[in-house]
Amino acid sequence: MPASALPYASQFEALRPKLIAFALLQVSDRGHAEDLVQDSMVAAIESISSYSGASQFDTWVYSILRHKLIDYIRRLKREKQHFVTDDHEISMDSMFDARDHWNQDAAPSHWKNPEDLHLRSNFWETFDFCLLHLPSNTARVFALRELMDLDTAEICDCLDISEQNCWTILHRARLKLRSCIEKGWFLKEGAT
Amino acid sequence: MNACKKASFLMSKQLDTPLSVFEKALLTLHMAMCNNCKRCNHQMRSIHSLCQKRHTESFDNDNPPT
Repeated sequence: MPASALPYASQFEALRPKLIAFALLQVSDRGHAEDLVQDSMVAAIESISSYSGASQFDTWVYSILRHKLIDYIRRLKREKQHFVTDDHEISMDSMFDARDHWNQDAAPSHWKNPEDLHLRSNFWETFDFCLLHLPSNTARVFALRELMDLDTAEICDCLDISEQNCWTILHRARLKLRSCIEKGWFLKEGAT
Repeated sequence: MNACKKASFLMSKQLDTPLSVFEKALLTLHMAMCNNCKRCNHQMRSIHSLCQKRHTESFDNDNPPT
């Protein structure tokens, strides 16, 4: 490890489990996910001098891993190992009634200033918890779209699913996440 | 067709692709009558834009190696 990377050593260790959890959304094999995380950390250490410090250190390492995961998914696609099936793991039945209106206990509550969610200290913690608790295929598609910034056409192409299917999966993911984040707060801090 | 489940599908879809004029009209009309969906839309949009910010922050400021 170059001397310039030393100040980050403890941050690396703290970050490792989170990076592995993030990689496991896309890579089903744990050993492989750990390898990709290891590679990303090595890449981060080797290029520590190009890190300007303008962004959060964590975010910067995440972005290296993100590139590696996208490469991995594209490679899988070339090898034709598609791994998303049309899953109906998430049922939305409990959210809507027979006429497709919100059930009373699932209806969205009022959030004070949703634009400023991230200013709440536990927002990303709650968000990550909720994401990791989505069914695996749903979490995978959501992470590709929202955390790795692929558009739906590209996701469909990589995973060999239809665009309609992709929108349906994202719809379920967003409803579940919204509801989970809301529940997380109500449990932690009471209604706000 | 015009119930909350469908409306929530459209509010999610519009974060991924522009809606057709017809879809947009359906959604607007529905939200004018439904406070739950209006809230849901606002919250989904906020979560979406925060996610965008979360990863673009790093790309604007640093050039990560690939």
